[in-house]
Amino acid sequence: MKPGHGEVLIAEGDIEVPEEQESLVAMFRAQLEEGMWAAVPRASAGGRREAQMVTSFDDIPADADRVIFFPRAAGGG
Amino acid sequence: MLLALSASVIVVLVLLWEVAWPVALERIERWRASRRLIVADGYDPGRERRAEQKARALLCSCVNDEEWAMYRDLGFIRVWGGLAEGPMADRDGRGAPYAYLIYPHKPLVAYLPQTRRLLSEYCITFLDESRPYGSALLPDSDDVLAKWMALTGDERRIINSANMHLPGRQVDPKQVRRDLWRLGQWEQARLREQRRGAGSVPAP
Repeated sequence: MKPGHGEVLIAEGDIEVPEEQESLVAMFRAQLEEGMWAAVPRASAGGRREAQMVTSFDDIPADADRVIFFPRAAGGG
Repeated sequence: MLLALSASVIVVLVLLWEVAWPVALERIERWRASRRLIVADGYDPGRERRAEQKARALLCSCVNDEEWAMYRDLGFIRVWGGLAEGPMADRDGRGAPYAYLIYPHKPLVAYLPQTRRLLSEYCITFLDESRPYGSALLPDSDDVLAKWMALTGDERRIINSANMHLPGRQVDPKQVRRDLWRLGQWEQARLREQRRGAGSVPAP
């Protein structure tokens, strides 16, 4: 998510392909270093939809089809 | 006599010129400005609308059908709290007798569904680190999705990040109570539709 632009595709690839996985890991780290938060939307055990916050590439569920980065939250006025 | 008259006419003409010339000059400048081509500097007036359309599609793909319909019809999403005992037993075995209303670009409003009592407001902003002197806002639906992800993903973290205030600081409590009433009506209508769709007969 990018303020003023909405959803922007940062990178895509197949984690089974080593080169693409490296690229995805690098992009993931770059986003977190920029201060973004990362989340994976998924269905919970009860069937409800929820997000799983991820702080490292290894935390991403194997069946996740996307990771959404959004600006980190801070207290507002 | 003729000389005096001519001198008077000349003086009048000069005075008129002094008065009229600045006005005429301004009008000429305006006319030129209205015909000048202005380079728009890449500004795209449809950008924000397209961004919001993309954001709505993304939100729709992340939340469940009920939450999406709620946002589409009512303009906000209710998320159950998960930090206390309550009806949400499917979230890590814990539930919550409280819930949040997520409005775009407004604080989260925590309340007790049973009594509709408002508990507090949690003010949150999503900072754009790449723009240190202030940032453009996320599209409305992205703001809602970010709050939804943060709440359902790590409620304690987002609540700790927020500034908590008493109800009514930014969101009018009357509006929230009206929205809760609308939500109740909406849920009843949705339930009736689902029953009808399932072929069951409602009780008299």
